[in-house]
Amino acid sequence: MNSILQPWPWYVSGPLITLVMVFLIYFGKTFGMSSNLRTFCSIGGAGKYYDFFKFDWKAQRWNLTVVLGAIIGGFIAVTFLSDGSAIDLNPQTVLDLKEMGFENAGETLLPGEIYDWSNALSLKGLTLLIVAGFLVGFGTRYAGGCTSGHAITGLSNLQLPSLIAVIGFFVGGLIMTHFLLPLIF
Amino acid sequence: MKFLKFLFVGIFFGIVLIKSEAVSWYRIYEMFKFQSFHMYGIIGSAVVLGAISIWAIKKFRVKSIEGNEIDLPSKDKSFVRYILGGTIFGLGWALAGACPGPMYILLGTGVFSMLIVIAAATLGTFVYGLLRNKLPH
Repeated sequence: MNSILQPWPWYVSGPLITLVMVFLIYFGKTFGMSSNLRTFCSIGGAGKYYDFFKFDWKAQRWNLTVVLGAIIGGFIAVTFLSDGSAIDLNPQTVLDLKEMGFENAGETLLPGEIYDWSNALSLKGLTLLIVAGFLVGFGTRYAGGCTSGHAITGLSNLQLPSLIAVIGFFVGGLIMTHFLLPLIF
Repeated sequence: MKFLKFLFVGIFFGIVLIKSEAVSWYRIYEMFKFQSFHMYGIIGSAVVLGAISIWAIKKFRVKSIEGNEIDLPSKDKSFVRYILGGTIFGLGWALAGACPGPMYILLGTGVFSMLIVIAAATLGTFVYGLLRNKLPH
């Protein structure tokens, strides 16, 4: 039981993510979480105006069910399957974050400096969350997939486009982490 | 009942991503700083095992649960959209510290400010749909 409550090492987690992909393939579907965002638009009626959102979203109900499950899974994991141990970050990472004003790095999953309501609802915080979300939503559809669709499924299926997309993910991520975050914080 | 299996896969996915800490903003930051092997280990082992699995599925012509041929669609050939879209996604990924899957999972952990990110991501997808014909692909 103890080993369940503690954080799982990468060599346990990685193969379990493969299992998620294989299950979905076996169920006749594919693993890609960002398609749901397009489905939300379609549910909201965007298909009436733009062909890109004109599809039978009801055929995507299975994917929305995965989303619902993911939310429940997140709740179960933090409520029943965690011992509250901190994330074992590289001490240098913790130090780098402290310099930018991030205290207690790794004690929670997300930094309160970004996600606590007091910060999330400040002008800077709100702008940050909206810009971040917008970039993810815009970029993932432009690139035709996200981490699950390209990095896991696409690369596993030896798709060159997915490799290009993943290189893009890293170009963007490195620019944000090394150049932009220090300017923002 | 048809949907129950998808619910369970989703729950399993959520638990795995929490327990692996892949949903943590800090782990994403650490990955882009090249200060830990953790995320590379997760993605790397998932892909290596995934490639073997998909190879085996094709080789042995494994049928889906409904008895159909398993067909994994190939991604469209292009360069511009993947590199540009990917870079835009990466900027958001490192800022939010979450990609589309983890956004929902983190919502389940009680971080309700994530709703702002999810709403903005939906808006971003919508705006892509508007501009789609004007963007280089």
